[in-house]
Amino acid sequence: MKRKFLAAPYVVWMLLFTLVPLFIVIYFAFTDSITGAFTLNNLVSITDYATIFLRSIWLSVAATLICLIIGYPVAYTIAQCKPKTQRILHMLIMLPMCMSFLLRTLAWVALLEDTGIINNIITSLGITPLPLIRNSGAVILGMVYNYLPYMILPLYTSISKQNPRLIEAAEDLGCNKVNVFRKVILPLSLPGITSGITMVFVPAVSTFYISQKLGSPGTILVGDVIESQFKGAYNPNLGAAMSLILMILIFICIGITNHFTKNTDEEVMMS
Amino acid sequence: MEFGGERVLDSINLDIEDKAFVTLLGPSGCGKTTTLRIIGGFQKPTSGDVLFDGSSIIDLPAYKRQINTVFQNYALFPHLDVYENIAFGLRISRLSEAEIDRRVTEMLASVSLRGFENRKITSLSGGQQQRVAIARALVNRPKVLLLDEPLGALDLRLRKDMQTELKKIQQEVGITFVYVTHDQEEALAMSDTVVVMDAGRIQQVGTPEDIYNEPVNAFVADFIGESNILDGTMPCDYKVRMFGREFECVDKGFAPNEPVDIVIRPEDIDIVPADQGLLCGTVTQVTFKGVHYDTIVDFRGFKWLIQTTDFCPEGSYIGIRINPEDIQVMHRSEYSGLYGDYSSYSAEYEELVEEETEEE
Amino acid sequence: MRKASKVVTVIVFLFLYVPIIVLMVASFSSGTDLAIFKEFTFSRYAELFKDTNLLLLVRNSAIIAVLSTAVATILGTMAAMGIYSMKGRIRSLVMGLTNIPMTNPDIVTGVSLALMFAFTGTVLRLQTVLGFWTLLIAHITFNLPYVILNVMPRLAQMDPNLTNAALDLGCTPIKSFFKVTLHEIMPGIISGALMSFTMSLDDFVISYFVTGSGFLTLPVEIYNYTKKPIHPKLYALFSLMFIVILILMVTMNVLQARSGSAKRRLRAGKEAA
Repeated sequence: MKRKFLAAPYVVWMLLFTLVPLFIVIYFAFTDSITGAFTLNNLVSITDYATIFLRSIWLSVAATLICLIIGYPVAYTIAQCKPKTQRILHMLIMLPMCMSFLLRTLAWVALLEDTGIINNIITSLGITPLPLIRNSGAVILGMVYNYLPYMILPLYTSISKQNPRLIEAAEDLGCNKVNVFRKVILPLSLPGITSGITMVFVPAVSTFYISQKLGSPGTILVGDVIESQFKGAYNPNLGAAMSLILMILIFICIGITNHFTKNTDEEVMMS
Repeated sequence: MEFGGERVLDSINLDIEDKAFVTLLGPSGCGKTTTLRIIGGFQKPTSGDVLFDGSSIIDLPAYKRQINTVFQNYALFPHLDVYENIAFGLRISRLSEAEIDRRVTEMLASVSLRGFENRKITSLSGGQQQRVAIARALVNRPKVLLLDEPLGALDLRLRKDMQTELKKIQQEVGITFVYVTHDQEEALAMSDTVVVMDAGRIQQVGTPEDIYNEPVNAFVADFIGESNILDGTMPCDYKVRMFGREFECVDKGFAPNEPVDIVIRPEDIDIVPADQGLLCGTVTQVTFKGVHYDTIVDFRGFKWLIQTTDFCPEGSYIGIRINPEDIQVMHRSEYSGLYGDYSSYSAEYEELVEEETEEE
Repeated sequence: MRKASKVVTVIVFLFLYVPIIVLMVASFSSGTDLAIFKEFTFSRYAELFKDTNLLLLVRNSAIIAVLSTAVATILGTMAAMGIYSMKGRIRSLVMGLTNIPMTNPDIVTGVSLALMFAFTGTVLRLQTVLGFWTLLIAHITFNLPYVILNVMPRLAQMDPNLTNAALDLGCTPIKSFFKVTLHEIMPGIISGALMSFTMSLDDFVISYFVTGSGFLTLPVEIYNYTKKPIHPKLYALFSLMFIVILILMVTMNVLQARSGSAKRRLRAGKEAA
């Protein structure tokens, strides 16, 4: 069949604009910014930024876990609704994703500021204002807020497509509600959990706007540093090296997640 | 029982005996699956009760009932392998690992699936999945096993094999099986008791022989096997009148001259020369069926189906004889007149054409 | 447990929508501080429509979104058909290629493209490469996987005998594509295109790296705005966009619900027959 050549323009395009750029990142990461000669200096100097890398990972892991813990009941509740309600709620989850995340993050600044909306309410109740902004908590909140829909949607998909007969079968074999959840619903939604974790963790660990607005200089993340290498202190070679390390870190993290949910992966492919 | 405002089941009153093989038989949407789900505890009737060993279990959730189910399309857990699927119920009731292993191994042997322990559910054939589903239910040693069209997804050949196997298993474990199907042949072949249902109501309960030989109304007669259903009257006991003639029969207890439905099975009719026949007609169509010929005979505009080993060519004028015990007289019912004669006969039997899976 | 889940759900929906409400309320305030509502006014909307620069940005964003969606949809649908007829090793290699922009963080995609464009610029001795074309290329690149991942499942669901039937009845392969296959995979194409369109319209991170000062889109310029005190007419723009997207989504929902129930009726009819 000649049909597979229909994919030729696409393959050429993707090679040119995804694979080649990645090699160029590698090339830049290993060359000097001025002379263009081969060097390991860029990668070595990344050790100076180790705390920033660690902080990025720790904050985004925390945000991912919070998303999972609060996203699961939401996905489960939506999946239990009538089909019509499900469609509406599904839409309401997607809607914020389509709106400018810069402005929505800015709205959080207004909510959390020392003289912001929440503190205004608190002070009018006679309580001293709380330090809600410019700390790691605010950065985690910003991440959870922005990426929570990316957790809920795959979870919802994997829960709602479960065959209701399987739940009945579990009840038939002696499971009460808690056991039905533990033994059937939860394991069957593992693929959703895996993709939810990936879809939240990847953008969270690489974000560069949230901490600029909600954090302090002490909560700078990898994304902010990479951005400044390209847009401020122009050192694309260091920026490329950091991007490379970030990619490798994400690769490892996804690998770890998949390792814990390995069993179900094959089924996803089969179904 | 009402469902979305629609009455699905109406005054079902059914006694199921211990250790019996009971089949709920009926066309799609007749309420048989709903009845099964009520017994299993997956649905609650709007009114009524379910008694088990004399005590009500209507408020008992499914997981507390000593009843297990083999689901339509099996509902095997795709995230567990064969062994874990079968062990599922045992683990829930916290049996010791040794006991679980003993019982699962034993069960695997009795459904001939030894060596399949670690296979994925998705890698099994329909027949193998079917066996896992039965093993998963039986390993819990329920008092009653419910089976919802368990053979529906299998091909004809496998279905026949599994029928015998299921019957064998039932006799071995010695518990009650409640079996739902729309396949009348399956029902007759396997059951101790057949419950014929239609439109949410039980039409007849009886042994397979009773159901076949003495259907109570036109629906049962038509649904089970082939039958000629005729209009007639009962002038007095042991006499029935049709086509302007009186025939001897073995039925009694009808009001004088009560209009009735009469069933005559096609294989109970003997063909004789025209001058010796109780009724005479012209053969309009003959189809060779292997063991017999399907012969359509026109009696004054009413076409009968006769199954006979004697070949009568189309157009020949023949007579028939019917023994008194082969005439089954039934009270009129709402089904009277719904089933016509064989004028639209086609060589395929209805139940072989009908290949539907139902979702009630 | 179910009750607790419901409570969490309500709180999460509030959490998701409170910032949006804050912005919408601020669009009617005469003050400049998001946190303080001064007096009610429509003047922000009037100012918005007078700001030709801002409207130009909206137009730029729309142009990029429409063009990149069109190219990605055509190229992606062709690719999906091609990949679907591939087997084994080659197929998983191409799917791996498709997954690169999906799993790579946006910032890495943006940086890598920016580096490549800069590199090409130096090689070709061009002054400025970053602008309309680089932006369009980047958007097509990140849109393509969305089209493919939406069309492929549709192809898999399709009865292969449909194409055979069309060929049997005298269609050429090309005709059978337009008369049969296209019709069958249309829902996938549409949802892929819609996803691309919204992704492209809303993209900030990748655009930020691959475009120059010559051609800016709305999200990129909003980022520049948010570095200094922001003008409230942006809140008015946000509110209008919210309304437009809401209407779009509701319409899609109604259409989907209708086609869904029509299908159900069709199936019910078949069963009754």
